[in-house]
Amino acid sequence: MINQEHAAEHVHRDDIGTRMGVWLFLFTELLLFGGLFFLYSVYRFLHQMDFHVAAKELNVFIGTLNTAILLTSSLTMALSITAIQRGSRKLSISLQCITILFGIIFLVNKYFEWMTKIHHGIYPGSEDLVARGSGQILFFGLYYTMTGLHGLHVIIGIVLISIMTRFTVNGVITPENYVKLEAAGLYWHLVDIIWIFLFPLFYLIT
Amino acid sequence: MDKHHSEIEHAHNYGIYILVWLALLILTGLTVTVAGINFGAITIATALVIASVKSYLVLTIFMHLRLEMKAFRVFVIVALCFIIISFSLLFADYSFLVK
Repeated sequence: MINQEHAAEHVHRDDIGTRMGVWLFLFTELLLFGGLFFLYSVYRFLHQMDFHVAAKELNVFIGTLNTAILLTSSLTMALSITAIQRGSRKLSISLQCITILFGIIFLVNKYFEWMTKIHHGIYPGSEDLVARGSGQILFFGLYYTMTGLHGLHVIIGIVLISIMTRFTVNGVITPENYVKLEAAGLYWHLVDIIWIFLFPLFYLIT
Repeated sequence: MDKHHSEIEHAHNYGIYILVWLALLILTGLTVTVAGINFGAITIATALVIASVKSYLVLTIFMHLRLEMKAFRVFVIVALCFIIISFSLLFADYSFLVK
C-alpha cells in the first residue's frame, strides 16, 4: 500500500513537453490551412473581379456575428483554465460548458448560412454556379472547402472540450494537473485564429 | 521554479483576458468598418494587418505564449517565417506570370 502511494506520487509527467507536442501538432494544422490560403491567394489574384462579385453574396452580418461568437468562446476557454488554476472547479466547468455552447451556436449559424446559399442554387456543381465565370466557381469552391474544414475543426474542438469537461467533473483534471485542459484550449484558440483570417478574406472583399 | 510559478499565478488573472477579448471585438468592428470604405489596393492590406494583430493577441495572451519557454516563441516565429517565404516565392512567380 505504501509502495503504491509512493509510485503514484512519481508518475512521470512533463507538462512543458505536452504543450510543446500540442504546438507541433498545431504547426501541421498551419500547413493544412496554409496550403488552402495559398490556393485562395493565387486564385483571388487571377480572378479579382469575380471574387469581388461573388463575395458580395455572403452575409456580412452573420460572418461578423460568428466572429464575435468564436472570439467570446476563446475568452471563456482561457478563463476556464484560470479558474481551474485557482481551484474554482465549478466555475471552470461552467466556463467550459459556455465555450461548448458558443461552438454549437457558431455551427448552427454556419448551417443556416450554407442552407441559404444552397437554396439560392449556389453549391459546388449546381447549374447556377456552373453558368457563372470560373472565378466565381473557384470562390464558392474555396468558400465551401475552407469554411467546411474549419467547421469540422469546430466540431472536433467541441468534442475535445466535452471530454475535458467530463475529466474535470471526474477529477482527472485538477487544480494541480490541468495540462489536458490547456491542450484542448490551444486547439480551440488555433481554430479561432484560422477564422480571424477566413472572415475578412471571404466576407469583406470590397 | 517557485518564482516561475508565482509569475504564472500573477499573469493568469481574469482581467487581462477580458481586456484582450474587448480589444479583439473592437478590432473586428474596425475591420468591418474599414472594409465598407473603399481604400482600393490598401483594403486587403488593412484587413490582413488587423487580422495579424488579432492573431498576435490570441497567440501571446490566450495561448500563453508570453509565459512559455523561449523555445516555444522561436518555434512559432520559424513556422511563420516559412509561411511568409512561401508566400513571397509564390507571388514572385505569379505576379511575373500574369504581367
